[in-house]
Amino acid sequence: MLKTEQMVLNMGPQHPSTHGVLRLELELEGEIIVNVKPHLGYLHRCFEKHCEAMTYPQIIPYVDRLDYLASMNNEMGYAIAVERLLDIKVPERVEYIRVIMAELQRIASHMVAVGTYGIDIGAFTPFLYLFRDRERILTLFEKTCGARLLYNYIWVGGLSHDLPINFVNETRDFLNDFKKTVIEVNNLLSYNKIFIERTANVGVLNVESAINYGITGPNLRASGLKWDIRRNDPYSIYDRFDFEIPVGEGLHGQVGDCWDRYYLRVQEMIQSIRIVEQALDQLPEGEITSALPKRIKPVEGQLYSRVENPKGELGYFIVSKGQLQPFRVKVRPPSFINLSVLGELCKGHLIADVIAILGSIDIVLGEVDR
Amino acid sequence: MKSTEEIFALLKEKFGDAVLELNTKLPKEAVIEVTPLKVTDICWFLRDNEELQFDNLILLTGLDDDNGEIVKLEDGTTETKGGTLSVVYHLESMKLGHKIVLRTTTGRENPEVETVSKVWACADWHEREAYDMFGIIFLNHPDLRRILMPYDWEAGYPLRKDYKNPEFYHGMKVPY
Repeated sequence: MLKTEQMVLNMGPQHPSTHGVLRLELELEGEIIVNVKPHLGYLHRCFEKHCEAMTYPQIIPYVDRLDYLASMNNEMGYAIAVERLLDIKVPERVEYIRVIMAELQRIASHMVAVGTYGIDIGAFTPFLYLFRDRERILTLFEKTCGARLLYNYIWVGGLSHDLPINFVNETRDFLNDFKKTVIEVNNLLSYNKIFIERTANVGVLNVESAINYGITGPNLRASGLKWDIRRNDPYSIYDRFDFEIPVGEGLHGQVGDCWDRYYLRVQEMIQSIRIVEQALDQLPEGEITSALPKRIKPVEGQLYSRVENPKGELGYFIVSKGQLQPFRVKVRPPSFINLSVLGELCKGHLIADVIAILGSIDIVLGEVDR
Repeated sequence: MKSTEEIFALLKEKFGDAVLELNTKLPKEAVIEVTPLKVTDICWFLRDNEELQFDNLILLTGLDDDNGEIVKLEDGTTETKGGTLSVVYHLESMKLGHKIVLRTTTGRENPEVETVSKVWACADWHEREAYDMFGIIFLNHPDLRRILMPYDWEAGYPLRKDYKNPEFYHGMKVPY
């Protein structure tokens, strides 16, 4: 057989489909990928070092900037971690508002994932439909706390503001409209023949290697394992809601291919709509500031606490030495760990498939590099 | 599903002196202390034993214990002598549902811990990060390079408590 010389090609750091500043060093045999080496750190700002110099509440705005498409979820995870360290119980209304915010944010994050994935593959229209609707979620957040993207809304023991007037009705209106958008996106993109040809049977991740690589979130579920922290290690009040955990079924190819990972996010948006609707129905009246501690100073100890982020399992490992500042904060960033499987998935595929695979993993570089 | 005490007893029986103690002094999390040069064997056992099946490494954390002696040098700056660095492993069995926390402690001067990157593939990047941030050397790691900091960063390991920023990096002023 004719053997050609291997070539090394740099993809990124300034490449539109790497979703940020990520450099992939591709080793190629013609157009076939032999190996992929990701080079990270272009957005590194040593978040964990900053944390050691700040008090617990001061960290919350920095937490926003980890996965900047899912700031509410990051804040919720951090607040829950510190509350577990302090043994605080927050009021019912706070729990419900948190769940509503987190699930709306999950929808918004998946909208970006699904929309930009379409762009990566070459479908521009669904992106516009989804961003139009995402703007409505951001407007709801803006009305609630004054910021569109980085909120500092969920505090340790409570929230910064109560819900604005008419929030419940406006959210219901949005959800009803958005249900139609999901159908439109399905017709435009999910069941599109060209899209399926590009994504089905590409980058197949089986369950064993997914677990071995520590993959979590939609990527793990797309490989066929029903694993969701909201069910398997419940936090907040998720045990009160009725929702399904979709798993990859391999409708157009093998289980765990790019199409499965993509379609799982569409299904999760529908489940999030269900959770928000139930939470809005049950939303109790009450105080939101009663559990806010005056001074946060946990006793000596350490704790790992985790929540289900749109990208996967987000965990905070906090070590306290009984001071106002944490001794060590370590984040388990889902994108960082999900990205580590990229080399394995790309082997043997074409260059064009790297973009399809990377988009289907759905990373945010703010969280990978921290 | 097994409790941490039962798992500790199993490990103690199998590995003897390599498993040091079960630390329950801290609230919230009980920690099993192990020696740094037996970690790989212990982790293979934890993963492959029928009753344990720890298939998921949730998180691998480097930690500066900040227990060294601070020495004042003649030019007014300080230096840390002695002390320890730690690596904390959060493990979970997705099949059986139990969780444990392992911890291994190594000296600050020559921090060497065995790698677990063959046991769980995700440990590869976690260990590179711990090396990058704390300078912990993972023995037999296939590709121990810096991961988040620049490859040519010479000023040391940023998350150590005694880390000082360099004045210049490639001619650029660092603290601005």
